[in-house]
Formats: sequence, structure tokens, C-alpha cells
Amino acid sequence: MILQTQDLTASYGDFRALFGVNISLEPGQIVSIIGANGAGKTTLMRSISGVLQNAPEQVVFKGKPIGDLPASNIMQRGIAMVPEGRRLFPSLSVEENLLVGADRRKGSGPWNLHSVYALFPILSEFRSRPATALSGGQQQMIAIGRALMSNPEVLLFDEISLGLAPIVIREIYAAMPKILSQGTGAIIVEQDIAQAMRVASYVYCMIEGKVSLEGAPADLSRSVVHEAYFGAAA
Amino acid sequence: MIGIDTIIQGVLLGGLYALFASGLSLIFGIMRLVNLAHGDLIVFAGYLILVGVSVFGLNPFLSALIAAPLMFGVGWVLQLAVLNRVLGHNILPPLLVTFGLSVILQNLLLETFSADSQRIPVGVLETASVDIGVTSLGLLPLLTFGSAIAVILILNWIFYRTALGRAFRAVSDDPTTASLMGIKPNRIFALATGLALVIVTIAALYLGMRANFDPTTGPARLLYAFEAVIIGGLGNLWGTLIGGMIIGVSQTVGAALNPEWQILAGHVAFLIVLLIRPRGLMPKQ
Amino acid sequence: MTHNARIEIATRSSRVFLVFAFAAIIAAVFLPAFVSRGIIKDMFAILTLLALAQCWNLLAGYGGLVSVGQQAFVGLGAYTLFAVVGLYGFDPLLSILMGGVVALLFAIPFAFFLFRLDGAYFAIGSWVLAEVARLSVAQWKAVGGGTGTSLPRDTVRSMPGTDWVRALFDVSGSAARDIILYWIALILAVALMTAIYVLMRRRIGLGLTAVKDNAEAARSVGINASAIKWMTYLISAFGAGMVGALIFLQTARISPGAAFSVTDWTAFVIFVVVIGGIGTLEGPILGVIVFFVLQNFLADFGSWYLVALGAAGIVVMIFAPQGLWGLLRDRLGLTLFPLRRRVIFTSERTDL
Repeated sequence: MILQTQDLTASYGDFRALFGVNISLEPGQIVSIIGANGAGKTTLMRSISGVLQNAPEQVVFKGKPIGDLPASNIMQRGIAMVPEGRRLFPSLSVEENLLVGADRRKGSGPWNLHSVYALFPILSEFRSRPATALSGGQQQMIAIGRALMSNPEVLLFDEISLGLAPIVIREIYAAMPKILSQGTGAIIVEQDIAQAMRVASYVYCMIEGKVSLEGAPADLSRSVVHEAYFGAAA
Repeated sequence: MIGIDTIIQGVLLGGLYALFASGLSLIFGIMRLVNLAHGDLIVFAGYLILVGVSVFGLNPFLSALIAAPLMFGVGWVLQLAVLNRVLGHNILPPLLVTFGLSVILQNLLLETFSADSQRIPVGVLETASVDIGVTSLGLLPLLTFGSAIAVILILNWIFYRTALGRAFRAVSDDPTTASLMGIKPNRIFALATGLALVIVTIAALYLGMRANFDPTTGPARLLYAFEAVIIGGLGNLWGTLIGGMIIGVSQTVGAALNPEWQILAGHVAFLIVLLIRPRGLMPKQ
Repeated sequence: MTHNARIEIATRSSRVFLVFAFAAIIAAVFLPAFVSRGIIKDMFAILTLLALAQCWNLLAGYGGLVSVGQQAFVGLGAYTLFAVVGLYGFDPLLSILMGGVVALLFAIPFAFFLFRLDGAYFAIGSWVLAEVARLSVAQWKAVGGGTGTSLPRDTVRSMPGTDWVRALFDVSGSAARDIILYWIALILAVALMTAIYVLMRRRIGLGLTAVKDNAEAARSVGINASAIKWMTYLISAFGAGMVGALIFLQTARISPGAAFSVTDWTAFVIFVVVIGGIGTLEGPILGVIVFFVLQNFLADFGSWYLVALGAAGIVVMIFAPQGLWGLLRDRLGLTLFPLRRRVIFTSERTDL
């Protein structure tokens, strides 16, 4: 096990967003998190990546408690995030957005400017353009490339396909085997249930800040997932 | 009499104002913080250099070289201990804290060095000049202008060619996402303020060698710096140099018409630019 | 089910306070009968500082316009008084009003420039304009140029009401003058606070808070941010102009340096508001009291006093941004000038 949350709780002021969430990730494994809006998926990602701080032992990475560390520190340990909405830096060019991903951690692995451009050739054409001048799909490629540049051991994808055209989503999922070819683990937050079941070897479904269902996709029937996704009453 | 030399004096004076302005612009550009104590920090650095010269008998340039890392430390500590606590969407706390700092600095300097005006002694450099045919230029103003250009070149190089510059711009865009890149925004802010105060030291060196200063000289320097930044357009250091030159030329021309109009003419030039080009002459896209 | 509810602004403490405030004003009016001339002079200083503090508070605390240039209006008001009294022999008391009007007239073009500057740059811009005003006035030779001038002695002596006050309290002419000026300061301070309070309680008050919090959101719900900014800026200029005229009528001597002093008319004012509690009407009152207590204790330490004041301002801003009044209010649950609307349920709530 490389990454694990233990009874993870999180709040925004008085509002409790997570109530004791337990998930775990094996090296090289892909885990999907599904759930409706407001289920707590993004809060979970923010907690793991250090944007939100928790009790130390609530997030464990390679056997060490990291729940209380700031985001900068967690990134340097080898967990990189592809944030919801891409969040590229508008004053940086495409290439600079990629470079900034490796400025504080190079890591050891295959990823550098050259290999990222090989993965997404379109980016090298636009390398000196402002990153935010590109299309949504290309921006997502930059965001993925930026996260890869540090050769992380775990990649977090928050709402990976939100706001992207179906053809672009297909393209990005097609690249996934290459992205994770070096044994990188991934947690993917995805709203499309079918897509999430297809890509992952293990799925967690969240509702109202709790895990309502988990298991390998093969073991989960459609009706069970739907019930877990929308709540029993629906 | 307004001759070519009046204009040239003004242009060179603009170099000094660009030096005042670069530090202010750097801090604002990265953390949206308007440092109302900027002018007082220049004067503070001026006294620091003066102590090196008059107490330890150092050459002014050597004294500034020693003062620069000290000022970097002052900026670093100031940012980490005080200013980082008040950054945010509300513009009021940082303005009030830096205004408080301005009052504290002025009065500490007053208690320590008295209200007497001081000057950094420069020896032969004061009168040395270069003959360029139409007029002769003072070596010191030339050196000031050259230093301003050097500072701007170096700052632009840092900003657009180094990892530190990428971190500066990334943090300025979005501190949370920058921290996901392993960048510590608070450290970057401290580094930026430290760097700004190194530029402040350079500005203080030339201010102190050129003219008298006393503990209350700071606010006026802040105003010139601010005017140069606004005239040039936010975030454009070459624009800031142009802005400084416009203030400088207005001041020397104003002074040539009537010595009492010197300062006023600079401010009026600023207001005219604000009226016709509210976003400055060279606004960033 | 139905709930009967009403919106209330007044609180119990505020009703008690209203009675108390009324009594305090009455007592202040008759104060000259009981205390020495020195205390009257101190009270004059306290009241004028309070009036300036409320003007700045309206601007920065409610309107979100952080100005470091209010000394422009103090100076312009003061110089207006010196010009019309000294040069044209106007009635000095009426000239105080003129000081306010002239400051207001200057504020119109000032605002035109300043509202082009965003947020924090507004602060330095306002300082530039104050400098322009100071340097321009220093060129005006009829009122003494850079060195300044004094009011003619007989115009000062012949201030209306002097004889009446002399007879009433059996005091010298100059003491009578101080009493009249003290009363005017009292009227100004009370009138300004009442005006700001009434303004705040009306719809505009809601609008102003919204503008400060988020100009974009305010616009979307139909609050005209620009009109409100103009209004706060002009009112605070008018107030500062009158106070400036009054202060320099009392000193009877003016110079550009004194009339446009950033320390006296802006730094002190800012610290009073911040330490007392920005964005409340109560804060500046508390701030002025703290200011004068500190000043009396630290009077012998010269500029260390200002160092201490600056440090206190920074500490308050970092650790208690709501100021001393904010701390007190949270501890005691007091509200003297209630501006928040509260919903009072008059029937039991049965659901939930």
C-alpha cells in the first residue's frame, strides 16, 4: 500500500465535509472515486494533496503520516495533483507551466519536457504561447504534463473530464496507460460512472462525505452502484 | 532657461526614480501589496550606508554592498513576521500595517539620527563629469541611470528566465496551485521583499550621494516611485523607467521655470498622464 | 404554520445608551461652567480628532476607500477660512461652513482622478493629491506662501457671541473664545456622528457595506457602487474641511506644513480608528480616549510616542482587526449604535 486515508475528516468552518473516509491505493494501481456533486470528492483530494490540513495520521504515504503537511511539502514527497479546472498559471507560457512542475522536485523517472512533448505533441507546437490561450483539452494536457514533470509516485486527478468534449476525454484516457507506465499510482475523480468503472481496478463511491460503496468494478452490479451514487431513497 | 541639459538632467534623474519604483513594483506585482513604508525603507537604508561610511570609514559603494544583505534580511523577516499575516482580499490591513511601519521607521530614525539632514560623502565623484559635446554630464547621475537599467535588466532576467521568476509569477497568479507545485508562497513572498529591499539599498546609495536626506524624506520618495509605476503601466519595468524619466524631466523643467515649482511639476505631470492614459503609457496586456 | 417576526435594529443596550448619550451631550454643553480653560482646550482637541476620525471611518471602514490624503481637506478648509476671514473679513463662524464647502468642491475633481486608481493605489493617489494641494497653497502669497500667516487679531477678538459668553461664565475674552469653539466642535462631532449613523441605518448603509465587501456583487443586486463611493468621499471631505477650518480658527496661525500635515490629520486619525475599531461608530470614540490617555502618559518621550502608536496600530490590525471595541463587543455583547438587522421571532418556533 502506498497511500491510505484513515478515518479522514474535514470541515470548512462549521460545515463538516468528510466523515471518516477510508481509501487506499497500491503502487501502480488506478482507483476511481465517483459520487454526485457535493459528495466530498474534491474535499478528499484537497485533503490528500495538503491544500486542506488534517490530523497527521489521517493521511499516510509510504508508511509516514502526512495529513498535517502543507501542499508544497506533500508534492515534494511525490504526490502530484491535476486540479479541478486545470488551474494553469496564466502569466506562464505552456512550456513554463510544464517547467514549474519540476522546479521543486525532479524525481527519478522518464518524465521531462521531451517526454511530455512526445506524449502530447500538440503542446510542443504551442510551447511559447500563454497556457490559457489553448483549448480546454489542450489545457488539461498541460495540467497532466505539469504534474508528470516531477515524476510523482502518486497522481491525483480531480474531475479529470469535467467540461471537456467526449473526443478529448477519450484521447486523455487513451494516454493513461503511458502516463502510468512507470508504476505510478493514480486516484481519479470522475463523474462518468461507466468511464470510472472501465479505467480503475477499484472504485469508491461517495455520498454526503462518506464512502457508500467500494469494490472491484467486476464485483459491482449497476443497480448497486446507482443506489450508492444517488442514495438509497432515490 | 530650458536647454538640452535641463532635459538630460531630468532623464538621468528619472533613473533614480526608476530605482525607487522597481522595489515597489516588484512587491506589488507578486503579492498585490502596496508598501506605504517603501520610501522610509529607502531612507533607512540610506542611514545604514551612512553609518558604514562615517563610522567605519568605508567607501560608499562598499558600505552599500554590506548594507544590501542586511536589508535583504530586514525584508525577509518583515515579510515572514508581519506582512504575510495581513495579505488577503481585504486591502485595508496591509495598507494600515505598512503605514504604521512608515510612522515607526520615521520616528526611530528621528530618535537615532536627529532631524539634521545628512549626505553620503562621495569625494571626487561628486564633481566628475563626462563631456558629450552639447553639454557635460555628471558621472554620478550617469552611474545612477546605468544602475537603473542594470537593475531592470537583472529583474527581467530573473522574472522571465529563471525558476525563481517562474515561482514569482506562479505565486502571483494563484498561490494555492503554486503550492501544489511544491512552492511555498510565504517563502517566495519573503524572498521577493528581500530582493526589493536590495534594490531599495541601491536606490538609497544614489539618493544619499546625490542629495541631502533626513528622517522625513521617505514619503516623498514613495510618491515619486508610485507615480513612475502608474505612468509606466503596472507590471512593466521599462514603462516604469519611462515613468521615472517623465517625472524627472518635469521636475527639472519645472525647477528651471521657478525653483519652487520643481516638485509640483512632477506631480502635475503624473496627474496629466492619469487623466489621458489611466492605465499608464505601457500597460501590460 | 406561521411565524410572526419583525426586523429590529435597536438592542436593549442601545436604548439605554441613547438615554445616556443624550445626557452626556447635555452635560458637555454645560461643561464650561464647571471646568478650567485647559480642560476645555483638551476637549476641543478630543472632539475635533473624533470628528476627523469619524470622517475617515466613513471613508475606509464603511466605504472601503482607504485614504492617506484626508489632510488635503483639512488644509483646504483651513486655508479657505484664513482667506475669507483674513482677506475679505468674513464672519469666522460662517467661514467654518465655507471651509467645508470649498473642501467639498475640491473633492469633486480629486475623486475624478482617484477613482481611476484601483484599491490600494487609491491610498497613495490620495496622498499625491494632498501634496499637490499643499505645494499649490504654498505658492499663494496672499496667505503667506510657504511660511504661512496669522488671523488678524481684531477679527479673532470680535467673534460673535464672545461678549455673551464672557458675561455668562465671567471669563476673559480669550477663554470665552475657547468656549465658543469648543461648542462648535461639540456640534460638529455630534452632527457628523448622527449624520453617519442615520445614513448607515438607511438603505444606503446596506449598500455601502455591500460595496466594501464586493463591488461586483453589489452591482448585481442593483446597488450603485460608484454613486456610493462618490457620496462617502464627498461627505468625508466636507466634514474634514469644516473640522480643519475650526482647528485653525482656534490656533489662529497657519502654514502649509501644519495645515496639510499627514501625521496630525491622517496618521493620528487612522490609528485612532484602527485601535478603537474600524467600521463601527463606537470604535473611534474609544480610540480617541485611548489616544489621549497614551499621549498624556508618553508626552515626555517625544517621538517614541509615535513609535508606540504605530506599533499599537500594527498589533491591533494583526491580532484584533476589529479593534478594542470589537473585543469589548464580543465579550459583553454590547451594541451602542446598532446597525445590524436582527430577526425577532414573536411566536414559538415549532418546526425543526
